[in-house]
Amino acid sequence: MEFSGVKRRKPWLIGDQRKASYPHSLQFYLQPPSENISLIEFENLAIDRLKLLKSVENLGVSYVKGTELYQSKLEAEIRRLKFSYRESLEDEYEPRRKDHISHFILRLAYCQSEDLRRWFIQQEMDLLRFRFSILPKDKIQSFLQDSHLHFEAISEEEKNLREQEIIASSTSLGGPKLELEYVYKIPFADALDLFRGRKVYLENGFAYVPLKDIVAIILNEFRAKLSKALALTARSLPAVQSDERLQPLLNHLSHSYIGQDYSIQGNAGKISLDQIDSLSTKSFPPCMRQLHKALRENHHLRHGGRMQYGLFLKGIGLTLEQALQFWKQEFIKGKMDPDKFDKGYSYNIRHSFGKEGKRTDYTPFSCLKIILTNPPSQGDYHGCPFRHSDPELLKQKLQSYKITPGGISQDHISSSFLNELGIQLKKTTVEQQNKAKENGQSCLYSSALPKKRKTWRSTYQQDINILNVYTQKGSLKYRK
Amino acid sequence: MEPFDPAELPELLKLYYRRLFPYAQYYRWLNYGGVVKNYFQHREFSFTLKDDIYIRYQSFNNQSDLEKEMQKMNPYKIDIGAVYSHRPNQHNTVKLGAFQAQEKELVFDIDMTDYDDVRRCCSSADICSKCWTLMTMAIRIIDRALKEDFGFKHRLWVYSGRRGVHCWVCDESVRKLSSAVRSGIVEYLSLVKGGQDVKKKVHLSENVHPFVRKSISIIKKYFEGYALVGQDILENKESWDKILALVPETMHNDLQQNFQKHHSSLQRWEYLKKAASQCPSNIKNEKCGPWLEWEIMLQYCFPRLDINVSKGINHLLKSPFSVHPKTGRISVPIDLQKVDQFDPFAVPTISSICHELDAIFTSEAEKEENQAESDIKHRTRVVGPSSCGMWDAASASPDEQCHVHAQDLNWQNPG
Repeated sequence: MEFSGVKRRKPWLIGDQRKASYPHSLQFYLQPPSENISLIEFENLAIDRLKLLKSVENLGVSYVKGTELYQSKLEAEIRRLKFSYRESLEDEYEPRRKDHISHFILRLAYCQSEDLRRWFIQQEMDLLRFRFSILPKDKIQSFLQDSHLHFEAISEEEKNLREQEIIASSTSLGGPKLELEYVYKIPFADALDLFRGRKVYLENGFAYVPLKDIVAIILNEFRAKLSKALALTARSLPAVQSDERLQPLLNHLSHSYIGQDYSIQGNAGKISLDQIDSLSTKSFPPCMRQLHKALRENHHLRHGGRMQYGLFLKGIGLTLEQALQFWKQEFIKGKMDPDKFDKGYSYNIRHSFGKEGKRTDYTPFSCLKIILTNPPSQGDYHGCPFRHSDPELLKQKLQSYKITPGGISQDHISSSFLNELGIQLKKTTVEQQNKAKENGQSCLYSSALPKKRKTWRSTYQQDINILNVYTQKGSLKYRK
Repeated sequence: MEPFDPAELPELLKLYYRRLFPYAQYYRWLNYGGVVKNYFQHREFSFTLKDDIYIRYQSFNNQSDLEKEMQKMNPYKIDIGAVYSHRPNQHNTVKLGAFQAQEKELVFDIDMTDYDDVRRCCSSADICSKCWTLMTMAIRIIDRALKEDFGFKHRLWVYSGRRGVHCWVCDESVRKLSSAVRSGIVEYLSLVKGGQDVKKKVHLSENVHPFVRKSISIIKKYFEGYALVGQDILENKESWDKILALVPETMHNDLQQNFQKHHSSLQRWEYLKKAASQCPSNIKNEKCGPWLEWEIMLQYCFPRLDINVSKGINHLLKSPFSVHPKTGRISVPIDLQKVDQFDPFAVPTISSICHELDAIFTSEAEKEENQAESDIKHRTRVVGPSSCGMWDAASASPDEQCHVHAQDLNWQNPG
């Protein structure tokens, strides 16, 4: 991709030519764009896509993916930002071009670390899943062909021969409605997630996959390809970064993916110390509520707890001065000597705000980090209650938080669920972390509750902040 | 048959490796037509020598190199590993991280010990003709799936020498499969889940996948003879209590009473089938129909695979024609056309086969050529296509059928 100077040369494609370059409203981004654009457009495209992906993330957390509400909100957002989404609309050239170019720009910004890549891939996948779901059935075949995916839909006769078997194998088909479904024949090795659980009919080395299941396979393909592409991009990044016009922009993009709302100086994120107690019962996630309670009761917290809670408080808007005051007041109640506090603890608080040592402004821990690292032992209050607590105790605790028993479904926090989660999360491959994120969304707490009830979210704008601060995967340089 | 004495192994092996081991066919198999350069040279072998000395990363330049080394070292046991990126015997000279396992056949290991909870005749390393049917069923079920569901063409089944069977799938595309896909295949083929602490190991959903359905119809052919007569699984209270553990509690009383009234496992099983397929009114979410009956049959008869053997590309598995140091039996291929007749106790031991070789040379009188087509040569006759999957794979073009590369050493008793 070449970057020209100020003047923008818009390629004048007429009618069919324009349509031909972007035949579909969605794509796998296999080919990078090859036109010249201005720096201004470069920046605008990037920021718009960033906003879009951020919306995708937020909507995915607030609503169940795939429901009508989710779909309509996402569609509205895409339309607002002028990206492409529907096949049938006229003159889709501009939105599709925007979609294409902005994706590749963000690749430059988001290839740089494991966390950034993971976030980027997750949102792009959700976006693709949505767009694919609204693609009309007859357009699917041509889209697959154009994307060089060798998924052939089988003929009616072939389908009829195998109708019984296909219906018996695929759980996604509700009853004998095979005539309405497209069935695709793909090499069995390409349908790993389906055949390993015997969820698809295999014959002579091929899997006969109904449309609904094809989506999962396509998304996996997409994720694999994008993951590889990001790795490649990272390797060629130094060349790009040496262009001084781009370097500040790219850096800015990857750090501001959390959105402008969540910087400390922003309009949201100012709290006063007296608000903390009421906020802890109304808005904090269970792990922080537990830490706050322990701090108030014991007038002390151990190191793990101080890190986890301290960074959280910073994230929701506590300033350094407030933090120092907060912790000191509490520790003094525990009969600590004020001088001892100044000597032993205040340095660490200032360090976590980036005012000491190598001056890194540490970001709050993500759910995954809390769950996977530094499990609590006797006398600790940090960690994630859903991971580290005994299920019975957890249930009691949630009940005492006045969540009605109906809201705590046995399925959600039964020990097998926790075990499964534990087992899932113990392996720290990117794939499994992605999956956990997919299923667990932000705070696993919010996935454990039925979607309608989010009792800990009040109308505070800060709740949104907390949620996002909470889920951000900023680079965590906390040393152990 | 000559009794086998492990102490004689060094002498016996010397003779075996000099006169009997089928080097030509073996090399032709593993060389796969010489299409890929250095395929044989990059293959790892491991030897277990006398006194349990184990050496890995053995590799050879060609057939005669293989012969010489084997005759020199006289291994008690030979394992075949993966084809690596470099010659395994030079792996120390390769830059760290560059020496990688690249391809290997897909292998399966089915071990009788894994069935100890459902066989009454033997346990641990012992086998008998009664429980060997488990292997027969396993071979039929797995082979059908590998052939019809996955489309694998070159499958070799081998007797392991003591208490189980191995399968080698040699198709070109299969050798390149990743570890994830191999694990997926084993998962697809697995139905019996759970260790010692799990009573009921098979749970079927209402939707029965064609693989499960076809496996059940194979088991049905053997169930009466194997389970109801041979194993007699409903013989007495002690044995039928184990079956009752797999059945909802509400049915226990009724079954106990009626089992007392009947006189054989056959009768009791008929009764159980009837009772199980009636719609139970008091049990929530129980399916009406043969699911329960099938779950019991599957738990007692369905193959149990060891996933660790199959999923690793670098996993080493006992080589065909290797000798089992404890039993002396040779790991011979199993003719798929005659699976039901395969008798593990008729498999030649190294002592018997060496003895035969001696006998031929000491009897000068027998000079009739057609008779003195010695037992060995007799056994190296051309056999039908189904059992020489492994030799098919040796041909560069998969179309070349077995009658071209057909020299399978079928070392079962002739006839």
